[in-house]
Amino acid sequence: MLLELSPDQEVLREATARYLADRVPAEAVRRLRHDPAGFEADYWQGGAELGWTSLLVGEEQGGGSISGSALVDLTLVAHEFGLRAAPGPLAATNVVAAALGAAGPAHSEVLADILSGATVAAWCLGGPPPLDRLDSVGLALRVDGDDLVLDGVSRPVESAAQAGHLLVAARGEEGLTQLLVPAATPGVTVEPLRTVDLTRRFFAVRMDGVRVPRAAVVGEVGAAADQIERQLQRAIVILNAETVGAMQAAFDMTVRWAFERYSFGRPLASYQALKHRFADMKTWLEGAHAVNDSAAAAVDAGSPDAGELVSAAKSFIGDYGTELLQDCVQLHGGIGVTYEHDLHLYLRRVTVNRALCGTPAEHRQRVAAVVEHLKERA
Amino acid sequence: MTSDISTGTGSAAGAANAEATESVADFRRRARTWIRANLRPLEHNEGAGVMRADTTDEEELAAVARERQIQRMLFDAGLAGICFPREYGGQGLSPEHQRAFNEEITGFEYPGRLQAPTFSPCAAVLLEFGTPEQKERHLPAIIKGEEIWMQFLSEPSSGSDVAGALTTAVREGDDWILNGSKIWTTGAWWSDWALCLARTNWDVPKHRGLTVFIMPLRQPGIDVQRIEMLNGNKEFCQEFITDVRVPDTDRIGDVDNGWTVGTRWMFHERMLHNSPFVTVPAGWSYGGVDATVLVDVARDAGRLDEPRVRDLIGEGRVLDLVRESLQGRIGRGVVSRRMPDQSAAIGRLFAGIASTRVTSMAYDIAGSAGAAWSAEDGAVAECGNDFLLRQTTCIGGGTTEMARNVISERVLGMPREPALDRDRAFRDVPRGGSGRS
Repeated sequence: MLLELSPDQEVLREATARYLADRVPAEAVRRLRHDPAGFEADYWQGGAELGWTSLLVGEEQGGGSISGSALVDLTLVAHEFGLRAAPGPLAATNVVAAALGAAGPAHSEVLADILSGATVAAWCLGGPPPLDRLDSVGLALRVDGDDLVLDGVSRPVESAAQAGHLLVAARGEEGLTQLLVPAATPGVTVEPLRTVDLTRRFFAVRMDGVRVPRAAVVGEVGAAADQIERQLQRAIVILNAETVGAMQAAFDMTVRWAFERYSFGRPLASYQALKHRFADMKTWLEGAHAVNDSAAAAVDAGSPDAGELVSAAKSFIGDYGTELLQDCVQLHGGIGVTYEHDLHLYLRRVTVNRALCGTPAEHRQRVAAVVEHLKERA
Repeated sequence: MTSDISTGTGSAAGAANAEATESVADFRRRARTWIRANLRPLEHNEGAGVMRADTTDEEELAAVARERQIQRMLFDAGLAGICFPREYGGQGLSPEHQRAFNEEITGFEYPGRLQAPTFSPCAAVLLEFGTPEQKERHLPAIIKGEEIWMQFLSEPSSGSDVAGALTTAVREGDDWILNGSKIWTTGAWWSDWALCLARTNWDVPKHRGLTVFIMPLRQPGIDVQRIEMLNGNKEFCQEFITDVRVPDTDRIGDVDNGWTVGTRWMFHERMLHNSPFVTVPAGWSYGGVDATVLVDVARDAGRLDEPRVRDLIGEGRVLDLVRESLQGRIGRGVVSRRMPDQSAAIGRLFAGIASTRVTSMAYDIAGSAGAAWSAEDGAVAECGNDFLLRQTTCIGGGTTEMARNVISERVLGMPREPALDRDRAFRDVPRGGSGRS
């Protein structure tokens, strides 16, 4: 997270922090383990009132950023989410809201419900393995007269069973298209997947000959590739910010533990072998903060290196986020892998985020493709 | 007297009151125009590798002369000493101006040998602790490229334990007489002045008996010996100091208070990659092997299309980008006081570890041609020697082990390592051999 916030950004961060501390302390997160949605509807609406859903949407559509750098603002919320392993489909809802907002007034009613927190939104992009690779989509699109017909399976789709509408990416002869599909459309089935996170819910969304009118298209038929790339960049930055928050919480918790826990008559924090590991973890943590802040700023600025920075951040934070968490577990010893301890709440979140929107290795391939031509660019 | 790394900013603010400060955008335009008109664009991967032994002494001296000339040209163009106060020949501008300059000079020749240790830590320490006379005498000379400085800090018997210096200064009237030996000075054989940490009191604990002096490097009492590194590079030197007379007016800071200076001295050394006093081309990698070098090695080895190789290239570039972002975060954090000064060790640790990793990757991508190569192998050549010298980036400028101590103890507040010399007169502290006869 940024070291220095503007007063308005600090208001947003502080309000989110207080709200989450009140509504979703660790016991509440544990209680949501068996809740079908993983979050309570009024909790999400309360968050929407704080601005959780509207930052990436233009003012004329009922949204608005705090600082003019909308994604940077949203990373402040996501960081607080990470600090508490908080429930709620923050990344998907914001990405869908941004896409609908950018498409003009065509989908303004749905957008209004998302902004108010009355509903959440889900984003169907990848498919079952191996269609979960970056640049793959799970659904196929066919034009049939005035209708568009969707077939296939998209997964994992967060909060698909809770969402009123699904933003669907589909590939057809014309290229990539995005459509807004009401979840209740005939032919849409939603099956739950199991996951490691306590409060996030993922689904497989199956579409069998799902028919929607052309008005469902978000943007243009066959012209969604850039739009999807931009959504992916935003989703990644939000997930990263959440992971960095979870890394920060786990690291702080483990530093406290090192001071409090005594072995052989001295605190763990006095052993050089452990101190050096804390130094390494602190370095990874600060690197994770730094690179995601750079990525967020680059995406907001529409900078040519945004894609490279986003992939670098996803790769680094994916690898070192889980590495840091597992090291925190190791430094805690047995208590670190029990259900009663809070550490696993963060381990779960970081583990899930690592695999979503492209693995570290996939993003390294993307970065390699950029750096290969770096000198030509310069 | 003690200030912080934002000294340049403070001076810029002062200058702004006197006359309108040049905007960063205007400065950038002026720098760009001048650089393109006056400096030579770098060849492909010029300067890549780890301390390569690829120049003769004549070429090295010619390169030093050219860098002095460039520094003078920068001074004449009003582009030298960007964050140094105007009264000492600098521009009195801000770290943002320096950053813009770093971006503009990327890809062009620049006086790299003059940056560290001349501008930082040496000139930074002079600016912070020097008397007005000392600053007037040396800072303009440094900014014009007339004085190249070395740091007489490490000794054969103490690397990480810098405060355990044995080089001794004894008072004689208005002068001090220095004896001892210093080591790991890069290019002392073509340098002019030295900033020297010496022991002035053996009867107090080690940190309380040190004093800092400055002295001309080329004088009869200083014997500069070049050290041959394992690849044949001879840029590192060791100095033998015998009865060198230093006037008391060339003392920096108070007698026996050298550690106050030394602490800031090492801070400036760790901040090197993000110092407002240093010109570092944007994207410059610590140690000279970065992901763009990996691409060249892979291409010249015919392996650029292998997914495994591309994974390494991607990882190398990720480390480069994280290092750049991290240095920026630490630089801003220290200036704004959101992070303690000692956080500089975080950037130092990351840079060292990342560099060793990327150097290893280059050797792996090179394949057997890394072990045995011909002159026609392109970027693959010398990857083996780079690998042999891989650890230099985790040793020079303070070891990564010391950085880990600093981070855990000074940033995270964990208990200090027990030190058997802490409350003991330095004369009574046990000492081992030097490791170097």
